This record gives sequence, structure tokens and C-alpha cells, in this order.
Amino acid sequence: MAKVYGAVTIDGQRCKGCDLCVVACPTDVLLLQPKEVNDRGYHYAFAANPDACIGCAACATVCPDACIEVYRVVDRGE
Amino acid sequence: MTREEIIRPENKVYSRPELLTENVTHYCPGCSHGVVHKIIAELLAEMDLADKTIGVAPVGCAVFAYNYIDVDWIEAAHGRAPAVATAASRLNPDNLVFSYQGDGDLAAIGTAETIHACNRGENITIIFINNAIYGMTGGQMAPTTLLGMKTATTPYGRTAELNGYPLAITNLLAQLDGTCYVTRQAVHTAAAARKAKAAIKKAFQNTVAKKGTSVIEIVSTCNSGWKMTPAQSNDWMAEHMFEKYPLGDLKNE
Repeated sequence: MAKVYGAVTIDGQRCKGCDLCVVACPTDVLLLQPKEVNDRGYHYAFAANPDACIGCAACATVCPDACIEVYRVVDRGE
Repeated sequence: MTREEIIRPENKVYSRPELLTENVTHYCPGCSHGVVHKIIAELLAEMDLADKTIGVAPVGCAVFAYNYIDVDWIEAAHGRAPAVATAASRLNPDNLVFSYQGDGDLAAIGTAETIHACNRGENITIIFINNAIYGMTGGQMAPTTLLGMKTATTPYGRTAELNGYPLAITNLLAQLDGTCYVTRQAVHTAAAARKAKAAIKKAFQNTVAKKGTSVIEIVSTCNSGWKMTPAQSNDWMAEHMFEKYPLGDLKNE
């Protein structure tokens, strides 16, 4: 069966820590930084569990600040 | 497969729309405006309309929309965006003209302009962000506020006796002969945002084809005004707002 690999890059400085991407992610990849903040004082999102990412882009679609970019590779085992 | 192997330009499936400027929006964290701006920027680039578009910004939180989407904008007086869009559209019939308005702008002070622009069938797209509250001024009651909803000016909840009933203005607009496409969407989940994108695309296509007025209502959240977290306000919206403002097409000709 084909395996899907995904990865996200997050612009931590642009992120406002609204948590919507964390809620939208079906595989629980994302979390907000528990202690660290960006220059504007927000607990920005990061990929806490990057191996689970399937590149579905749900997080990027709901992100109001367009700070997430998504990559996806489908490995058909050829 | 390593992260370096996945993060390559050829594997990119979602990137920041080119038409969005580098400015960080002034919207509160989790505001629906950001998602709708992003959808508009994506669509105008995909449809190759960026050079032909004139946006009309409202008064309200979206007053600075011209700072974020890199197309030509006009800033209208409060509620007068459909009137300004009428002029822009009649003087520039080959351009795509759209107005972007909140519920305080479109459904309160601008009710007359909105209804008459739609009734005249002006060739414009109206994008209507309905969050049931006056967000920019601090969360006062709007005509669209739900019964029982607490706001800064209805601290015990809106009552029909004192404040009247919530106004579903999109339903009114659907009855006018001038409108060709009237729909109500939301952007609280990825699936809803993709549907909203398809709806706005259809509206832009109608405007390019000169079919009349298209109205897209986006039922939205105002987590600051509602005094909730962004995730809570999305849940609250799905639970309460969709009862009065059900999603779906109201008119599609």
C-alpha cells in the first residue's frame, strides 16, 4: 500500500498562536509552544510530532495568518 | 523518508498565496477574516484576475484589507461599499469588482445600499462576513446578533421585546430579482473553507460573465467580541449560529 509522507513548515514569527491548526490536524502533529514565545509574544505553533504528518494541508487551510506551508510525498513502493 | 527529502519545492502542496502582502494582519488571533483574505488571494491568482480586480473595503475590522491583498482597492464610507462598487463596476465594466463587508457595515448602516445594489442587479460580488457582533468597536450588538446572545450593549442577552429579531439579510437578498447567486458558507473547518472557496470562485465567475449580483455570506467568529478562545468560538458558532444562519445555497441561477 502506498505510504504518504508529509511535512509542514511554520513561520513562527507570523504565527499568532490561535490554536486553530492544532485543532484541525487529524493526526495530532501540531502543538503550541508551551513556554517559548515569538517576538510579538505569542506561543507559536510547531510540529511536535512531525513523523505523523500526512500532508493533508488541513492546518494550512484554516490558518488565518497563512504561516503554514505543506509538503507531501506519496511513496507507492516502486 | 527524512524531512529534507520531503521538504522540496516539487513536493509543495500548500504555499502562502503570492497576492498576500508581507504585512502581518492586525486581526486578532484566530479571526475568520484572515482565512477569507487568503481564499480571495488564492482565487484571484488562480483565475489570473489580479490585474483586473477592484476591491471595495468597508468600515469595520476589514478596513485595512488593502494592506493585505495586493490588488487595487477603494475604501468606502461606512456601509456604502455596494454604492461605490456600483460606480466602479459601471465605469470599468471589464474589471472584476467586489465588496468585502462585515455585518455592521452591510446589514446595519448599509442596508439600503446593499438592498438597492442587489435589486438593481449590479455586476459585482459582495462578500459578507457575518460574526453577529460589532467587532471593531468592542463587541456591541449588531442587527445580526442572536436572541439571548450577550454583547457589550446587551449584557443580559438580546431580547426580542427590547432589541428586535436577528436579521438574516442574505435571505432577503435571495428574494431580489437582481441577484444571481446567493449562498451562505463558513470557514471554521478545512472542509468548510474549501466549500467557501468554491462558492467565492463561482461568484467571481458570475461577475466576470456579467450575470448580476453575487452575494457570499461567510458565517464567522469574533472570538475577542464573544470572549472565547478561537477554537471555542468555532464550536459555539457551529452550535448556535448555524441554527439561525444555516449554510448552503439560497439561490443559484
